[in-house]
Amino acid sequence: MLQQAFNGLVGGAFYALLALGLAVIFGMLGVVNLAHGAFYMLGAFGAFVALDSFGLSFWVALVLVPPLLGLAGVVLERLFIRRLTPLDPLYGFLFTFGLALILQDLVKREYGVSSQPYPRPAELSGTVDLGLFTYPAYQVFVLAVSVLVCVVVWVVLTRTRVGMIVRAATERPELTRALGIDVGRWVTPVFGFGVALAAFAGVLAAPMRAVNPLMGADLIITVFAVVVIGGLGSVFGSVAAGFAVGLVSALGNLYVPALSQTMVFILMAAVLLWRPAGLFGQQEAFR
Amino acid sequence: MGADPTGSANGTVPILKVRGLSREFRGFLAVDGVDLDVAEGSVHALVGPNGAGKTTLFNLLTGFLKPTAGSVLLSDRRELAGRSPEAITRMGVARSFQITSLFAELTPRQHLELALASGTGLGWRFWRSDRALARFAGRAEELLDQVGLADQGGVPADSLPYGSKRALELALALALDPKVLLLDEPTAGMGVEDVDRTSALIRKIRAGRTVILVEHNMNVVANLADRVTVLQHGKVLIEGPYAEIRHDPRVITAYLGDSHVDR
Repeated sequence: MLQQAFNGLVGGAFYALLALGLAVIFGMLGVVNLAHGAFYMLGAFGAFVALDSFGLSFWVALVLVPPLLGLAGVVLERLFIRRLTPLDPLYGFLFTFGLALILQDLVKREYGVSSQPYPRPAELSGTVDLGLFTYPAYQVFVLAVSVLVCVVVWVVLTRTRVGMIVRAATERPELTRALGIDVGRWVTPVFGFGVALAAFAGVLAAPMRAVNPLMGADLIITVFAVVVIGGLGSVFGSVAAGFAVGLVSALGNLYVPALSQTMVFILMAAVLLWRPAGLFGQQEAFR
Repeated sequence: MGADPTGSANGTVPILKVRGLSREFRGFLAVDGVDLDVAEGSVHALVGPNGAGKTTLFNLLTGFLKPTAGSVLLSDRRELAGRSPEAITRMGVARSFQITSLFAELTPRQHLELALASGTGLGWRFWRSDRALARFAGRAEELLDQVGLADQGGVPADSLPYGSKRALELALALALDPKVLLLDEPTAGMGVEDVDRTSALIRKIRAGRTVILVEHNMNVVANLADRVTVLQHGKVLIEGPYAEIRHDPRVITAYLGDSHVDR
């Protein structure tokens, strides 16, 4: 059971990384980025292409792919998203949803729908003795690095000026601007950062999940449930809910296998009945 | 007891010169060709019935709305119309909000430190710890003291009583040390006691600056304003000292409708 719990945490690490990116983007731009799963998928394919076509190792891909896709996110924000944020949120929905479909189909056209093989990095191909059970080293690495990234983002958001501005702009954009703080110049970097986080999760996923064009679409629905459970726009809530949902679905899988797919949504419904704004959300997020 | 109705500086260059300012929403002219001269050092009140365009005008002056036509000139001839809210704030024109608008989890002290820091260009040096804000602590304490929040500087803004929240908003605008301070219904929703306290506070903070005030409470207007501009249907109906405009039949009509005017 402990091992199953550990599996859950590793799965939760992906939820947490993706939900974190969604939360900062939603908080800063008010855009629900339906293309987030597609960026995760592009991250994994980025790692695959780096290895397959350029012979670049997993480690190089892990450092290179997220910033490159983050840069693509910056361009995307500048060219398109910027024009949509002043409009009805529906336009953002439609644009990012359409973009997700386009990105998926472009990858499908190039590589087909079947999964691409991606080997584990040699350094992490073994297992680690965790005392109570042995566990694949790669999964331990994924969990550790995800926790580290979440902690770093948390520290940046709570202990630095940029974090203070992002949190202030998330909560009260008008007041923040009235105080003379240029919220606009942080919007593009924050969007790029959110995309880079999704891509980072994608590279991490490549060696342990099937690399195929639909991997993001399958995952992102659960991630939206995670964001709702944690509280829309709440950064801490998304991360906590990410790990919690991973844990709950893994344990659910163990005890009530029939419900493994629906577990997350049952949890979401229960949380929403109890706290309509999510666990860590504020009512204002639903204005 | 108008606060020195003769004090408006006729003949000098106005600190804010509004010409032909208009804003259209899908064919509806919310603000329609407004001309307005605000004298330096005066308290200038904007009044008018609901829907007269006061809040729209306010948002146009502070950059939260872009005008469809017209200009807003500062006394140094810089144009405000079309600029972003943050740029206008940095040019010395700050505002408060009609509806209470604070960061729920920050304390009054942190609010003020944030406002004080915004003008210093610390913004780009994002690796700086937020403890760098501590150097504004002294000024923050002064401001808290000035608006009567010295005892409440360390509690989350969320848990402050209503009157204190509004006082904090005033302090926030003051922290920006603006030349022109725009207050959007500073006494809205207050009981008599808080209204008096806020009036006294505004009289104190007007020293050395120009105040533009949207206000429904005519006692407050009578008390504070040197000049009053009455808006109706997005246009300027009449402008003058309170004592002059209060008896004007057009103003009474605007507020109460035709039947109340003796002809």
